[in-house]
Amino acid sequence: MTYNVPKRIKEIRFGLISPNEFRKMSVTRVITADTYDDDGFPIEMGLMDPRMGVIDPGLRCKTCAGRAGECPGHFGHVELIAPVIHVGFAKLIRKMLRATCRECSALLLDSTQKKQYLSQIRTLKKMEQPIEDITNDAFKEARKPKVCMYCGAPQLEIKVEKPSTYIEKGNEHDHKLMPSDIRVRFEKMTDDDIEVMGINPKNTRPEWMILTVLPVPPVTMRPSITLESGQRSEDDLTHKLVDIIRINQRFQENREAGAPQLIIEDLWELLQYHVTTFMDNAVSGVPPARHRSGRPLKTLSQRLKGKEGRFRGSLSGKRVNFSARTVISPDPNLSVGEVGVPLAIAKELTIPVNVTSRNIDHVREFIRRGSEKHPGANYLERADNRKIKITDKNCDELADTLEVGWKVERQLKNGDVVLFNRQPSLHRMSIMAHEVKVMPNKTFRLNPAVCPPYNADFDGDEMNMHVLQTEEARAEAKMLIHVQENILSPRFGGPIIGGIHDHISGMYLLTNGKNRLRKEQIIGLLRSSDIQEIPEPAGEEDGIPYWTNKQVFSYILPEGLDITYTAGICTSCTECKKENCERDAYVVIKNGQLIHGTIDEKGIGAFKGLVLDRIVKDYGQTLAIKFIDSMTRLAIRSIMHYGFSFGIDDEDIPIEANNQILELLKVAEKKVMDIIIAYNEGNLEPLPGRTIDETLELKIMQELGKARDTTGNIAGKYLGIENAAVVMATSGARGSMLNLTQMAGCVGQQAVRGERIRRGYSGRTLSNFKWDDLGAAAHGFVKSSYKSGLSPTEYFFHSIGGREGLVDTAVRTSQSGYLQRRLVNALQDLEVQYDGTVRDTRNMIVQFKYGEDGVNPMKSEHMKPEAVRKIIESVTGREIE
Amino acid sequence: MHLKIPDGRGFKSLRARLLFIQGMNVIMNNSGNFSLLDHQLIPHHMVLSEKEAAQVLKEFSSLQPIEKEQLPKIKSTDPVIMEIGAKVGDIIKIIRKSQTAGEGEFYRLVIE
Repeated sequence: MTYNVPKRIKEIRFGLISPNEFRKMSVTRVITADTYDDDGFPIEMGLMDPRMGVIDPGLRCKTCAGRAGECPGHFGHVELIAPVIHVGFAKLIRKMLRATCRECSALLLDSTQKKQYLSQIRTLKKMEQPIEDITNDAFKEARKPKVCMYCGAPQLEIKVEKPSTYIEKGNEHDHKLMPSDIRVRFEKMTDDDIEVMGINPKNTRPEWMILTVLPVPPVTMRPSITLESGQRSEDDLTHKLVDIIRINQRFQENREAGAPQLIIEDLWELLQYHVTTFMDNAVSGVPPARHRSGRPLKTLSQRLKGKEGRFRGSLSGKRVNFSARTVISPDPNLSVGEVGVPLAIAKELTIPVNVTSRNIDHVREFIRRGSEKHPGANYLERADNRKIKITDKNCDELADTLEVGWKVERQLKNGDVVLFNRQPSLHRMSIMAHEVKVMPNKTFRLNPAVCPPYNADFDGDEMNMHVLQTEEARAEAKMLIHVQENILSPRFGGPIIGGIHDHISGMYLLTNGKNRLRKEQIIGLLRSSDIQEIPEPAGEEDGIPYWTNKQVFSYILPEGLDITYTAGICTSCTECKKENCERDAYVVIKNGQLIHGTIDEKGIGAFKGLVLDRIVKDYGQTLAIKFIDSMTRLAIRSIMHYGFSFGIDDEDIPIEANNQILELLKVAEKKVMDIIIAYNEGNLEPLPGRTIDETLELKIMQELGKARDTTGNIAGKYLGIENAAVVMATSGARGSMLNLTQMAGCVGQQAVRGERIRRGYSGRTLSNFKWDDLGAAAHGFVKSSYKSGLSPTEYFFHSIGGREGLVDTAVRTSQSGYLQRRLVNALQDLEVQYDGTVRDTRNMIVQFKYGEDGVNPMKSEHMKPEAVRKIIESVTGREIE
Repeated sequence: MHLKIPDGRGFKSLRARLLFIQGMNVIMNNSGNFSLLDHQLIPHHMVLSEKEAAQVLKEFSSLQPIEKEQLPKIKSTDPVIMEIGAKVGDIIKIIRKSQTAGEGEFYRLVIE
């Protein structure tokens, strides 16, 4: 047999395979359940017959003469003594039995109906549409007649015992249909009837759903393993086949000996069980076949199905070489473009280097260090393609014999470009190129500023790293997917890499208001930010020079930067005092000097940072990376300089504040009661488009919401803006004022689907409330704060609300994941051409201009058409509308 | 082209019917002549002459020559196509307003 004859596939037909076909493709009939004889050779016509392929190295296949690895394997077959049902078709067999006559096997529809269905099916097929609806309808109709319209035989009801036992309900007693009976019925069916039932008679006969011959898969598909003890261990499929053949033999012996019907039926059922589990070992209603150890066998269906099955596990899912995966942890001293790689990983992963006359000495050093001393080399490929492992023993010798033209696999070292990835890879910034920095310990280290694009945190997240193997790949990675190229997100045209958490708190502490700093202090702050010389002091006090806090931040700004904006801490007062803002929320940067204002999330934060945005767009990505690095370092230094901590006592509020809150909640409850009284008396005026009941709920929710917010304001007033939680919330570093309100003031109304909690007992949520109590407490209003602790009922309501949030996120992620998958599959082949059009693979125009406007969203100004205005403003120096 | 103008007789309440008729009057510019093209949400459509159509195809053939079948399609039963009287095989130019691009040009091939 030759395999390299090119052949063109003309068509593919799907249908059932006939017993004759099984016999034709079979290379041998299998008659004995034994595998190997005492000498260890496979037995002829046994399960390991050498004609079905070879797995032992050195032997040749008796069918195709191929060696192990070359021979694809060949099917054998078992002649089943009695027919058995194929479980995969159990449902269809049931439907067909019920739709056909028990005597003449005619489909129980009159001829006009049949014709109608047939023409419908044929037109649908021509239009390549699914025919299920029509055939299901036909099955439903054909089940109705009680008497056959062709032969007049009365029809009996057919009961099914899962998975493959069919029982005819007789008038006196029930009769079990044996597979052979069913086969006889199916044999009598006409081609036209079959077609109405949705089967193509050209490819398929219904009786083929009942097996008389069982194909034996090739040996290559179920290789046996030789254990260390020399014992052979067979594949699960082989075990199953042994069972089938044994029962088959016993069945034959018993039948020939004329055993009683009862024993024959038992054996038949056993054969059915083994054939069923051979194909699917997880059929409901059938106990799974087990290995001697008690482990369920992995049979045909189990090999294909599920996450680890052939499709999802072996065909769609791939394992790759030159990759590593481990836990990530933060290191603010790394540049955002770097990744800290554990030494153990760096020693394992390699980069191939072609030895040339120019780099031979350099490469020789790697080899001389061997594979144990870090930047060494692991493998060497000679000009004759022989691969040699470099060890401590042979490294010196190999280094001396190294020649031009060889290939060396050198270990990963500082500065190598690798791809870094965190799943789920939802956007292109989920995979970026980083430069390696080899470090001790066992985790990948990354700068916290690159967490937003990966959506990573350090609560146990793991990330993958891939080492690029060719020059082209490295060049492409450096120019297209390096972190530096991805500071701006094409999603919204702003920076996606930038300060988070402590970076923002730190910057806020440093830049808010006006502070004076001594020389030691500013050196302490700036020491990690690549400082060359100290700027001119702002002034002198008592003969000691001082610098301002704003000067310190200005030090890391590029020269000539001009930007004016209102910071995130701005409270949008009715009249803006601009430079004289008492919260210092009006930011003015002139010529690279911060003159007024506080730098917060809106200045340097990821997603929002305006200062960052200007630097990337006006000064370029290289400078932006430098800015982010020095900004994060300065921020970390500042937060350490000023000190920042948060504890449980930071939520403490004075007694008078507590009393105020209690008083306020009492008033709110009173108001709620008033609304309820008005409702009960019928004095409640319904809101437009609402019923009275809805109005009541709305008004109560509104009143209680207001009450919670007011408690928050009271608590906030007493906490003061120095409070660490307040600093984090206002600067945008983490948390919100609402979180604080709930901690110190009052947790507020718990809601399910936007409504107050109503579920529970009839007429009340919990049994300690009165029936039809509409009050705040009975419907999930939590008066307590997290600090003071919740009462048992409050705790219960809070759990209800909390559970809803949990369920929502679970549902949302799975739904959005599927939506994304469909979108990606639909759009993956579209491409922006050099003429600006978007076309698919057939060269059909999808958009005449990318995005219908030709704008690169990455270079747009937060998706607003403001680029032109910005340019005119910067050239003329005037503000325009 | 004359469309039968609905009088809103399907509505249950008088108020809904009045509102509907009011809306219709706005669309019809109170004149009784109703043209789709007057509606503010309908962009400007025009049929290209053969020469213009060839020009458009040439414009998008800079990478490799394209046929008019490679353009996006519009059905001849589309209300606007019926209104401007374009025939199957014609190329239509549509000018839409855009927030980001000012005006954008789009082309459609009329199909059955």
